[in-house]
Amino acid sequence: MGLTLTHFVVLGAVLFCIGLYGALTKRNAIAILMSIEIMLNAVNITLIAFSFFNHVKPYSNLLTGQIFAIFIITVAAAEAALALAMIIAIYRKRQTVDVGEIDMLKW
Amino acid sequence: MDLASLIFWIIAVVLVAAALVVVGQRNIVHSALALVVVFAMASGIFLLLNAEFIAIVQILIYAGAVTILILFALMLTRIAGQRVTNPNARPLAMAVALVVSALVGLGIIFAATVSQFAQSAPAAQLLQGTVCSLPSNNVIAIGQLLYSPSCYSYVLPFEIATVVLLVAIVGAIVISREEE
Repeated sequence: MGLTLTHFVVLGAVLFCIGLYGALTKRNAIAILMSIEIMLNAVNITLIAFSFFNHVKPYSNLLTGQIFAIFIITVAAAEAALALAMIIAIYRKRQTVDVGEIDMLKW
Repeated sequence: MDLASLIFWIIAVVLVAAALVVVGQRNIVHSALALVVVFAMASGIFLLLNAEFIAIVQILIYAGAVTILILFALMLTRIAGQRVTNPNARPLAMAVALVVSALVGLGIIFAATVSQFAQSAPAAQLLQGTVCSLPSNNVIAIGQLLYSPSCYSYVLPFEIATVVLLVAIVGAIVISREEE
């Protein structure tokens, strides 16, 4: 039994919903950020698997899935830096990183 | 079972187990350390899929930079005297979240395996621009696809990504700066 696209897509789906569960249940903002990084990694696995199993001729040379994964990694790095800066700034003002207590914008 | 399948299953089991540790662990420092394992195993999956460049980038950026950034943020936001900085939510909310994420996962798996959309779709003929013959070396091929000025490449998105990174750096400095 060789490896097929389904193996990698199902692995990505499992990883994605583990990350989704973490992002929904965690109260600490940094833990939510970690769960979101897991979700982004799951999407990267799916994209690179699609790139690997694409055999349609002019497109399979272009490695589009891998290029997309590179851009996702770029944006994820920027997002992590910004989110952690915001968390530290909020912690300095409010002495908390609990997302249940950060409700200044709540109506 | 051939060697690639064996490696895939080992990596997949460790990957999912480490992700469960990240989500389930109450001590957030342990979660952050398990996150390193998740990133390293995902890098192994990328190597299995012939994506050497992204595997290296994954190690450098995720396992190196992002994890260190998260650990620094943990050190700077540790509340004194509180061992468990990662409290779980109420049981009902956790059950609802479990059901929601299980439904999302089952939907994705259904769409990818048994639904009619899982059959291969015909390829559209929309490719514009000249496609150069790409070398079989993954790193060289990705470099040509990102930078090449004359062939089909992603120069413009690449430049936009650099601007995004610059804005993120400046924004992070401005946001986290101490006000006098």
